[in-house]
Amino acid sequence: MKLLDSIRFRLTSLFHRSQMNAEMDEELQSHIQLRADDLVHSGLRRAEAERRARIEFGGQERFKEECREQAGGTLIESMFQDVVFSLRALRKSPSFTIAAVFTLALAIGANAVVFSVMNAFVLRPLNVPKADSLYAIFRPGPDAHMSYPDYVDLRGRNRSFDDLLAYNITVAGIDTGGDPSPAWIYETSGNYFDALGIQPYFGRFFHASDERGPDSAPYIVLSYSYWHTHFQDDRGVVGRVVQVDKHPFTVLGVAPPEFHGTLLFFNPAFFVPIVNREQVDGISQFDERGSRWVFMIMGHLKRGITPAQATADLNAVGEYLAKMYPKDDGKMNFTLNRPSLYGDYLGRPVREFMTGLMLLSGLILLAACANLGSLFAARAADRSKEVALRLALGSTRGRILRRLFTEAVLISLVGGAVGLWGSVLLLRALSVWQPFPKFPVYLSVNPDSHVYAFALLLSLATGFLFGAVPVRQVLRTDPYQVIKSGSAGAVGRRMGARDVLLVAQVAICAVLVTSSIVAIRGLVRSLHGNYGFDVQNTMLADTDLMMAGYAGDKVPPMQKRMIEALQTIPGVEAVALSDVLPLRDGTNNSQVFKDATSDLRPVNVAAEVDTFNVSPDYFRAAGTTLLSGRDFTWHDDKNSPLVAVINPEFVRRVFGSVPNAIGAYFKVRSGDRFQVVGIAEQGKYDGLTENPQPAVFLPILQSPSSATCLIVRSKRNPAQLATAMRNALRQLDSGVPLTIQTRLEALDFPLFGPRMATIALGVMGIMGAMLAATGIFGMAAYSVSKRLKELGIRIAIGAQPKEVLKTALGRALKLLAIGSAVGLILGILASRVLALIVEQATPRDPLVLGGVVLAMALLGLLATWIPAQRALRVDPSMLLREE
Amino acid sequence: MVTDQAQLLPGTLDLLILRAVSLGPLHGYGILLRIGQISGNALLIEQGALYPGLFRLVRQGLLKTSWGTSENNRRAKFYELTTAGRKRLREETDNWNRLATAIGTALAARPEEV
Repeated sequence: MKLLDSIRFRLTSLFHRSQMNAEMDEELQSHIQLRADDLVHSGLRRAEAERRARIEFGGQERFKEECREQAGGTLIESMFQDVVFSLRALRKSPSFTIAAVFTLALAIGANAVVFSVMNAFVLRPLNVPKADSLYAIFRPGPDAHMSYPDYVDLRGRNRSFDDLLAYNITVAGIDTGGDPSPAWIYETSGNYFDALGIQPYFGRFFHASDERGPDSAPYIVLSYSYWHTHFQDDRGVVGRVVQVDKHPFTVLGVAPPEFHGTLLFFNPAFFVPIVNREQVDGISQFDERGSRWVFMIMGHLKRGITPAQATADLNAVGEYLAKMYPKDDGKMNFTLNRPSLYGDYLGRPVREFMTGLMLLSGLILLAACANLGSLFAARAADRSKEVALRLALGSTRGRILRRLFTEAVLISLVGGAVGLWGSVLLLRALSVWQPFPKFPVYLSVNPDSHVYAFALLLSLATGFLFGAVPVRQVLRTDPYQVIKSGSAGAVGRRMGARDVLLVAQVAICAVLVTSSIVAIRGLVRSLHGNYGFDVQNTMLADTDLMMAGYAGDKVPPMQKRMIEALQTIPGVEAVALSDVLPLRDGTNNSQVFKDATSDLRPVNVAAEVDTFNVSPDYFRAAGTTLLSGRDFTWHDDKNSPLVAVINPEFVRRVFGSVPNAIGAYFKVRSGDRFQVVGIAEQGKYDGLTENPQPAVFLPILQSPSSATCLIVRSKRNPAQLATAMRNALRQLDSGVPLTIQTRLEALDFPLFGPRMATIALGVMGIMGAMLAATGIFGMAAYSVSKRLKELGIRIAIGAQPKEVLKTALGRALKLLAIGSAVGLILGILASRVLALIVEQATPRDPLVLGGVVLAMALLGLLATWIPAQRALRVDPSMLLREE
Repeated sequence: MVTDQAQLLPGTLDLLILRAVSLGPLHGYGILLRIGQISGNALLIEQGALYPGLFRLVRQGLLKTSWGTSENNRRAKFYELTTAGRKRLREETDNWNRLATAIGTALAARPEEV
């Protein structure tokens, strides 16, 4: 009640300000009149009495101000005054204001962008109801792949999950009556949408009850964006039959716009029931407990069950499975993790990188604060006379400080608003960006309320941070001293705090410059690194013959015809194919056993190897060197002994040495024995930063696959060649969906992370450099302008330009050198983190060290150029005349 | 004249105002006169300094105001105690008396009593 009263009182007093002022006036006048009446009684003339009464009363304005303060409501009122006053002061120095707002807009904008991305990737849960209790089941390591029978057992035997759903990611050719095109899709268990609690946008979803054995549910559910782009928002799509890999599927409905599957970054075209896998992938494997092809299994934990309890429960099921199926399952340990970034596999690097980036952008903001803080301190020093005057006229120091803070916060709010505006534009562009033509990436980084709140908080904090720099200066101001001595002497050489700020700022900027140079060098090196294949002069044509209706025995002849067709193109040097390619969409793994092993259980595996099924001439077409042995021929087919080409890491893990390997045998899980006929050079297969991985190449005729990636080696112009390839393949069968790109373009995917890291760090480096330059410029310009008179006198008595420059700029340059050295050391330490993402990012690189030193020196030169010119042009006679 | 008057202790102005008003509604000038009268003109109060005190007491809900006419027919703002003000005056008076007694005793203490 009391609080309400006081608020009401304050509000009324705010809104009835003029009325209150009038009343107050009247009250004080009536007091003076009453006093004058008394004085007249005691014998004074009226006029004299009124004069005396006014004098006795004292400073009316002061008391009125105090009354207003006591009556409350003045805080808002005087804040309003402060704002108006600050705006006026800022308008009077537009260059300062623009520089400050611009600096802050950059710094706060950078932070908003980084935070928004972090918010979208790391902080925000998956966009499904009750995302908190949604967990995916992982096996040791980052892997979540399970076999279908294991999934069914886990679903049936666990007691911790409401329901368990499974899904797989694959490519399918979809034909809606026009041009058949490949699309990335989800194969999901029937309970997928129900277990997640998703409702259709319209139409209906498929359910667990629709699963009645293999190929029993020929239905698809479209994702909203695919419906939008490929069906032009046609609501009549429900009930339509489309061809998926040449099999008829009925469209049931469309998923809601905000639902993009259960993996971040990825936007599937549509969802098909997993029981129809045979039609889509040409393979069923529903009974093979040893084939781990189900991409992820997840579900909502039952209410009250902790992840630890659920893990124990799952491990109990795992023990049972290991006992029941020792040959296929072996020991199984499960862990729970978030599904959105495939657990830690993508989650950890993304989290680490985003945290690092957030730290760096925080550093940028700190540098900006230091920068503006010293600008503010300089400004406050220049206005010390004004401050002194205001103090002398009875203003309180508190009020002056409040005005300084108002000014700082105003600047930071405007800067924050501009920065946020810029970052929203950038984020919108990022959200619709499709970096890979072949892969439906979904980067929803649009800012939400968290981002806006973050930017606002950041702006306020920034304002107070740099606004606090001149506080001590104001508190120390002695009006008498300042006014007596004039403006020049008082702010001489004692700028300790500002020196420290500048060194800190330069150091921060040097850290940023160092890390960006390290990252760029690393990227350049990894672009010219040895991948184990030749990136140049290579063209790829990608398809899966499944999508065009080829299966079984019809696949190999078609593949051979395709190779032959491409060989006829003029200028083509070599053509080959492989089912998957290194460094692209991920590789196939197989388990390899030593020849002597007879018990082919998972525990006895000698190595998990990346497996490529390739045609003859693959090594020449791909540009992979055969170290010894022979290439495959078209005679390595079903009727001849099984052969393989392996890589040095395979040799090391399974055979020990090269002489032992050639001609030797190894086994795979099916028990087949392969003879090693050749050794190809080591390459990179899954990622640029991976350690050497074992790999095996098998002849495509012995391990057939409908996945077909044709590799064409030619020095011809890529665009012309692409057209020629498309025509040649279309003539064979126009129903084959094709993706044609250069080998370099296909590297976009593995290079995406390093590129993004490099761009992000490069931008940060540039921002850091800009901040350092403006900081040094501000400091140098200020010190030159403060000491113009001194410099003039020095020149007048015969100082040489070199000495003048030393006097004017020596300090700034010294601070620059100290700051750069500190920053360089810190940057080198920080760069170790970088090595996790950018391959070969090593700071112990003379080019990096030299680059940083050169960059900082250039910055120093650039930033001190104008002040130096000004110092040298000082005309002593002009200066002396002025005073 | 100035030299005989004592400086007010900080915080005592509020108490004096409450006391002055407790004897009947008064306008600002009247409060000054009343304080002078009841204190035997021994206290120095700058005339204008009274008003911030009055505004403070009004905000605290200890005084209420109304416009009226003074004895010599001038429009003036009159202050009177609220119930809360009356209660506060009692408390503050007790406080003051205790303090004054304590200080007086302390100052009157002779060496042999220690």
